[in-house]
Amino acid sequence: MTEKFPELRANVIAILRSIAPEVEADELRDDRPLRQQVDLDSMDWLNFLIGISEQLKVSIPEADYGRLVTLANLLDYLRAKLG
Amino acid sequence: MFDFTLPSLGADMDEGKLIEWKVKPGDAVSKGQVVAIVDTSKAAVDVEIWQDGVVHELLIEPGERIPVGTVLATLLEPGEEAPPQGAARGGRQAGARAPAAPGAGAAETARLRISPAARKRAEALGVDLARLNGSGPGGAVTLADVEVAVQPGAPKAPEAAPAAHPAADRNAEMRRAIAAAMSRSKREIPHYYLSETIPMARAQNWLTQANEGRPITERLLMAVVQLKAVAAALAQYPEMNGFFRDGRFEPVQAAHIGVAISLRQGGLIAPALHDVGSKPLDQLMRELADLVKRTRAGSLRSSEMSDPTITVTNLGEQGVETVMGVIYPPQVALVGFGRIMERPWVEDGALVALPTVVASLAADHRVSDGHRGALFLAELRERLLRPEEL
Repeated sequence: MTEKFPELRANVIAILRSIAPEVEADELRDDRPLRQQVDLDSMDWLNFLIGISEQLKVSIPEADYGRLVTLANLLDYLRAKLG
Repeated sequence: MFDFTLPSLGADMDEGKLIEWKVKPGDAVSKGQVVAIVDTSKAAVDVEIWQDGVVHELLIEPGERIPVGTVLATLLEPGEEAPPQGAARGGRQAGARAPAAPGAGAAETARLRISPAARKRAEALGVDLARLNGSGPGGAVTLADVEVAVQPGAPKAPEAAPAAHPAADRNAEMRRAIAAAMSRSKREIPHYYLSETIPMARAQNWLTQANEGRPITERLLMAVVQLKAVAAALAQYPEMNGFFRDGRFEPVQAAHIGVAISLRQGGLIAPALHDVGSKPLDQLMRELADLVKRTRAGSLRSSEMSDPTITVTNLGEQGVETVMGVIYPPQVALVGFGRIMERPWVEDGALVALPTVVASLAADHRVSDGHRGALFLAELRERLLRPEEL
């Protein structure tokens, strides 16, 4: 199966780096909780999701926050929304 | 005629470097207007004037290092006539200093938005800040921009004068500044510590409902609810809010809450969110988001550095259960929030699992006693149990 959104991971990480510039894309593990790998407080997290929703034009209800634990969770979630 | 001196920008700052004047002789200024930008160990600070007037003479050149209290400029009262040439200088006290040679390029530096890490790197590399092109938010100069500027082939600052403090390491400077303030606190302030576990189910449910219909850009964070609750409790316990100076306590009516904000490269700043008690949650949320953004970008106003009447720290974000804080002098109290987590809770004789938070108070025994502190925390608890009233 080919990736429908090949740029998605890179886009998401670029948004993350605008908030946490110290993040190295290849050091991030997609299967580990994101907020354990990157020092994000609740304001950073909100700004990250605002960045995603504005740049990728998706709405992310607060009720969905709980499902977005790992980068893989987030990418799957976005693929479903964009698909 | 009155003197405009470099104000104290917090207990951990005793000098700064003038980066830029925002006014020139003859300009009329009004109270609160930003007249200069001063670099400190923590941030580039927009220094505000505290009364109306007309700029008469600027006494310090950009690039100079200046201790707190230095006369930076003289101003005329509104309507005051300028004194005859030369007369102003005659009576000056030791506070005035002869202008030094202008700092390298600093004078023509437009309002420079630059992250502390980038500024540090630029100083270490001897890069002229004025020549950097910012690619960050709002044209801010980022670390990457500095690195790009020193790549071979990049336009170099040819005879950029050596930075005023070539070895100056902002992180080390900030660490020293924090250490000095905290040592003073532990030396001078007889702290007492209290804590209280507060059920948060109601506040969480209320917040969830409040956020349900909102677009993501208008959603509230629990941090804002907690800050407003602290302000509401302070209104009833004013001995936690204000300054201890010259051997006495000066209460302050408005709650200018210093919000502890950690910086990504280490260190922290706790700038004031002004008059928290009188503002609705939506406004506080916008102002907090802006304050965090500007703190991290190293761009704060002098009133935000000097006004906090109490500090609130939310180390729960990092996952700890409880924080017992060190009071930031000359304040007299610090409120800490731990992580909101489910804990076993007994209610009406039944054991349930509930989200709770441990709120703590570190307060100054010169001003209040544990009894009043306990009442303050009880009031804070009540406020968080009735979030709809905040």
